[in-house]
Amino acid sequence: MTAVPLAGAAATAIFGGSSAQRAHKIALCSCLASLVLAILLRLRFDETSAGIQLTERAVWIPSLGIEYLLGVDGLSIMLLLLTAIVTPLALMAPSRIQERHSAFYSLALFLQAALFGAFTALNFFHWFIFWELSLIPAFFLIKLWGGQARGRAALQFFLYTLAGSVCMLLAFLAIFHATGTFDFERLAEMGRSGYLKSALAARLGWYSLSSGELAAVIFLGVLIGFAVKVPLMPLHTWLPPAYTEAPVGVTILLTALMSKLGVYGVARIVLPIFSWQISQLLTPLLWVAAITSVAAACAAFAQRDIKRMLAYSSINHLGYCMLGLFAACGTIQGTSALFTERTAILNGVAFLMFSHGITATALFCFVGFLESRTGGLRSIDDFGGLRQIVPVFCGLMGISLMASLGLPGLSGFIGEFLIFKGVFALAPWPAAFAALGLLITAVYVLTLLQKVFHGPLNERWRSMPDLNQQERLLILPVIAIMFLLGLWPALALDIFNANMSFLALELSF
Amino acid sequence: MLAWTIYLSFLGAAAVLLLPGRHAGAHRRVALWIALAGCLCGIFGAVEQGTGTGFVEVARRSWIPAIGADYFLAADGISLVLVILTGIAAVAGILFSWNIEHRPREFFAFYLVLIGGVYGVFLSGDLFLLFVFYELAIIPKYFLIAIWGSTQREYGAMKLALYSFVGSAMVLAGLLAAYVVSGGTTFDLQRLAQFQFPESFQQWAFPLVFVGFAILAGLWPLHSWAPTGHVAAPTAASMLLAGVVMKLGAYGALRVAMVLFPEGFKLWQGPLAALAVIGIVYAAMVALTQRDFKFVIGYSSVSHMGFVLLGFAALNETALSGAVLQMFSHGIIAGLLFAVVGRMVYDRTHTRDLHELEGMGLQHALPFAAFTFVVAGAASMGLPGFSGFVAELQVLIGAWQSYPTVTVLAGLGIVIGAAYTMRAMLKAFFGEQPAQQPAHPLPPISLPEQTGAILLMATTLVVGLYSRLLLDLIVPALRSPMFDGLRKAGGW
Amino acid sequence: MDILRLARPEALLAGAALLIMAVDFLVLRRQPQWIRMGLLSWLAALSCAAAIVLMAYYPAFGRLPGGMMTINWTTQLVKMGLLLLSLFTILISADTDFTEHVGEYFALILFATIGMTLLASAENLLMLFVALELSSLSLYILAAFNKQDANSAEAALKYFLFGGMAAAFMLFGMSLLYGACGTLQLSELSARLNGHGTDLLAITALVMIVIGFGFKVAAVPFHLWAPDAYQGAPTPSAALIASGSKLAGFFILGKFMMAGFSSMKGSAAWQDFATGWVPLLALLALLSMVLGNLAAIVQSNVRRLLAFSAIAHGGYTLIALLSNSPEGMAAVIFYMIVYGLTVIGAFGVVACVERETGGATMADFAGLARRSPVLAVCLLIFFLSLAGIPPLGGFFGKFYLFLAALKHPGNSLDLLWLVAVAIATSTISLYYYLQVLKHAFVSPPPQSTASPNANAQVPPAQSTAVWSIVLLAFAVLAIGCFPQWLLNLILTSLRFG
Repeated sequence: MTAVPLAGAAATAIFGGSSAQRAHKIALCSCLASLVLAILLRLRFDETSAGIQLTERAVWIPSLGIEYLLGVDGLSIMLLLLTAIVTPLALMAPSRIQERHSAFYSLALFLQAALFGAFTALNFFHWFIFWELSLIPAFFLIKLWGGQARGRAALQFFLYTLAGSVCMLLAFLAIFHATGTFDFERLAEMGRSGYLKSALAARLGWYSLSSGELAAVIFLGVLIGFAVKVPLMPLHTWLPPAYTEAPVGVTILLTALMSKLGVYGVARIVLPIFSWQISQLLTPLLWVAAITSVAAACAAFAQRDIKRMLAYSSINHLGYCMLGLFAACGTIQGTSALFTERTAILNGVAFLMFSHGITATALFCFVGFLESRTGGLRSIDDFGGLRQIVPVFCGLMGISLMASLGLPGLSGFIGEFLIFKGVFALAPWPAAFAALGLLITAVYVLTLLQKVFHGPLNERWRSMPDLNQQERLLILPVIAIMFLLGLWPALALDIFNANMSFLALELSF
Repeated sequence: MLAWTIYLSFLGAAAVLLLPGRHAGAHRRVALWIALAGCLCGIFGAVEQGTGTGFVEVARRSWIPAIGADYFLAADGISLVLVILTGIAAVAGILFSWNIEHRPREFFAFYLVLIGGVYGVFLSGDLFLLFVFYELAIIPKYFLIAIWGSTQREYGAMKLALYSFVGSAMVLAGLLAAYVVSGGTTFDLQRLAQFQFPESFQQWAFPLVFVGFAILAGLWPLHSWAPTGHVAAPTAASMLLAGVVMKLGAYGALRVAMVLFPEGFKLWQGPLAALAVIGIVYAAMVALTQRDFKFVIGYSSVSHMGFVLLGFAALNETALSGAVLQMFSHGIIAGLLFAVVGRMVYDRTHTRDLHELEGMGLQHALPFAAFTFVVAGAASMGLPGFSGFVAELQVLIGAWQSYPTVTVLAGLGIVIGAAYTMRAMLKAFFGEQPAQQPAHPLPPISLPEQTGAILLMATTLVVGLYSRLLLDLIVPALRSPMFDGLRKAGGW
Repeated sequence: MDILRLARPEALLAGAALLIMAVDFLVLRRQPQWIRMGLLSWLAALSCAAAIVLMAYYPAFGRLPGGMMTINWTTQLVKMGLLLLSLFTILISADTDFTEHVGEYFALILFATIGMTLLASAENLLMLFVALELSSLSLYILAAFNKQDANSAEAALKYFLFGGMAAAFMLFGMSLLYGACGTLQLSELSARLNGHGTDLLAITALVMIVIGFGFKVAAVPFHLWAPDAYQGAPTPSAALIASGSKLAGFFILGKFMMAGFSSMKGSAAWQDFATGWVPLLALLALLSMVLGNLAAIVQSNVRRLLAFSAIAHGGYTLIALLSNSPEGMAAVIFYMIVYGLTVIGAFGVVACVERETGGATMADFAGLARRSPVLAVCLLIFFLSLAGIPPLGGFFGKFYLFLAALKHPGNSLDLLWLVAVAIATSTISLYYYLQVLKHAFVSPPPQSTASPNANAQVPPAQSTAVWSIVLLAFAVLAIGCFPQWLLNLILTSLRFG
């Protein structure tokens, strides 16, 4: 799977040349191929078994115990599908790119390849390569085609994420030194059985830290890497500038896919290996996640720029995911049952990841439409009463906003419902606080609707055209998915339910 | 086969000197063929020798029996890796010097003599012979910089020559002492490695010899010759200096100081680790503030060599193999970086000031150069997929056990490394272009430059993705009998 | 008679000297300069060569009574070395034109050589002094030979005054020694001194003799004549002073100390000093190395630079003598031969440059690589050999000097401190050698040279000088790459006595 977009990237770079059209076509062909492959994988995937399937394995650097190890489980499949779906949409989204289209498309395909790789890797070294590699195309995509303050935004994005990755790398190297392996599955076993802790203490006796404290330090190191990516406050400051300055297509890729890298990483790596440490540090972690969600929602409310507002709303949604993931590890007064609640949370997180990916794509597409009509303006105050002029646009955007909000019947609801159901049982107070976030989300969404679509018509836009054929073709499938998943969630849930149950079982020790 | 790398280089130098004609054409072609032949000899020799353990003899002849010095060439995995590096760097250097018009005959002659000396050091199995080749390499360096260099070339050349000579003087003193204490009968490295030097002797002999070699490797605070020298040197010389010659010092430190005096090394391990990491972080921070593009790269070389020294200081198998791999990796990457800065950018724009370059819009004028620098910068930052990542990974793994705080600081160094690389890249290539176009278009990147760049980029990618190629050579060498003493001292 | 048999080479040389003077007077008076120079120089060179061949193929061994003249393998070797050095000196002077007294000039060179060879084979105090005076007097006159230059006369005068004083010291010391021991023979001195080692008389004698020798080898603080002599004297004379008289001087100093004063050895080990000739020479060595190298840094005249470097090299050589062993002596002989060849070559290049530009400052060397690439390459070889860069002869020579010094007070690194100083100062020396080379290779040639024309009318003799310089360079390179041959010769000869 990784190879296809790589080939596509090369092809676009070489053959796309100066013609934007040709580059566009080649890129889309490659995306289509990836999509087909992803669907085939889904069909081959046996959803009843809970383990890793369809593995490929090869020895890479024996002296360091590094293998070329790929495999998928439910979560990975779902994210692969998400990536395959979102990328062509991102490429077709209206970005105001004037130059060097072939470079743009080929960088985007390169990013897709890195994402595929990261979602399928099962060995830290292998996974880390793709994690880091995704930074370069993202950096260039922001830097070369972005808005006014793009240089600084891109640099900040790159350096923050790199610093986080270095932290994570160091922590993992310590783990490797203690246990001699980079393999996720084996490390998960060790984490569960407590072997990891003792190994760390045995091999790395530093500063007379107790074994528990040592393990906690390592855990924090790994967490910081992900906390930057997701992001969690206060390490989130790179996100708003990056999302706002990037061109729309790139923002879609960033919000829909790259942030999922972070959450996926936590689910795949941190949870299985460090569940004990999480449960030790549970309260502060939960509150960090909860505060992230709420603060982000408040910040979104205060924004004037629609894109920035949506950026904060991304942080908000991912905060719920993190809240869920942390809570799933928790124990309540020593008891460790509540299996159904944990399963619910994990399913909810996965579902929310997918749903948020879709809704964010749609919303940013709409922002893109708006920009292309207005020549770049996207502040709330610039608009008003658009409903009268461009009803279809408003209608569809309204639906997407509702989905993002979590209206029942649309995909967002299921995810948030499952998460909250579980978290309330496991950690009532942070859940209650986070629910505030839901409220505030409603407030700003409605404000957005009101300011932009309703109210007196802003005369400037009297002659704004409505959605044309091409744009409708672009956006309708997305809206369709939102409805589909909202009304028939089993479609997605089935994919990863078994997995998540298994994971929950492992966590309920 | 391996010995021919040395002979070909010296014969080639003589051939270039004797070739008639003032025009550069014939000289550079001859030089290129010789360098290519040497590189292939090195690679075939490495393949021929295979991945067996230990020091394998390549050539041995009695030379000066009166003092016990033989003409003894031998190679183990580590030497082979470095010989391959020299070969590739040499070819790339000549490709990037294709446009030299001023006294080309002497340039290529000095260049080939330097290469020959470097091959000689890596292939010597006799301490006296190693020292002869080591000192021999100092003089061509001086002339290459003094005659064909740019900024402050005479000062830079003299500083470099004197620092190198001081280093080798320290080594000479230690070498003589070791020879005498071990009975005064032989200079054979293997036999000397087995001799147990008294610990009181090792206590001062080790730092003397190690620092003597490490000066050339850029050990902080004796590193200041490196940025000045590299900036003053012409492109091909910088590529060789940062890429290969600094590795001479590290190789000498490993092969001589550490193998002969392992107990002494153990005593000085801590201060060494500290100096290494200070070098990494300090040099990185200085690079961050530089205005001159080439100075950024010069300081980045010092910072990367700090990783090699850190790997040495950690004293376990992973760290040492990481250090050797970093030697190879950095050699290629430094070559690439200097090639872009010196040959592609400076030769055309005649400025290295980052502020001036910002306004030139080089991403449009020289797209190939921008692309190459992006790849080189990514490799230099230690991004996975390139050789630097595997090397730094191993060094950090190894260092965790002995020096955790140092390792964290080294991680900090990596982040600062990313910062200065990005800063330089953004300013030089991706600056916001002003409205007016430059007065005249810049000449495009020529074919020899492209070939050289692709050669280097391909090497770092291949080694990054399939590091086994080199690690299979390095790791068995570290397990050979020659490193027994070191293994005992380090406990692995 | 014994003496005729033993002194065959010297007799040959004396005869040749007289022949040269005769030929010059009678036959060649009216001829142009270059014919006289060419012919007579070839005559002189041939005679040196013949003497070498004579010694190699028909050696005569023996010992005159009283130790007046002792010929064994070692002295044969040293004498052959001296003759070789004189040979090359003669060759590089083949095209000079500073004097009209050509015959006298070559005769004097030959006389100086005779003095030096006699010095090498002397083992009797009196004979030693006579030979020393013979060579010194010839050298004084040779230094003054350029009557067109006031510097030459000044140099010679300084040399003579210092030399005379030193000779006086030496003589006084020798008479004190005779008074203490009652014998003039070196071999018996040590036995008679045994037990009187710390007598005031013996020590005074030692010090005075060392002063005398110190002057001869230009050790600090008896070096003050050297810079002016090297700068003012005509080039070939300076070359001979720098090479031949050094070889002879060091050899006989070594023999004197090791054989004559062996019971007063003393020690210069770190923190373990004992009175004797060893610490005395160590002190001289230390001062010479440090002062020689430091003073050379600020010189702008290449000849003066070579003078100070000669002082420094004398210091290095003294270190090997301190080991008091055959290996030490071998190292000294080896180094002095190599150094002699190098310095003659260097002076040869200087002479050629002076002929073109009229001076020998660093600026005169500018762009030598463009003007005459062959000379520049030879200069590179000579100076790098002096600096001690492998694979040249100077490097191995120095290496062996230090090795011998460290090995022989019983493998115990006693003299390491002195060797460390030597290595350190040797490092400094690279700086000033590189300065000259920088001017030669890096700096552009001055605009107004008449270089194209000058090469067009090279008289045949000029090429002799250039050829011999090339030959010398080649020899230095060859000895550097394959030192075993020469080293073996020396070591074997020492073993046999």
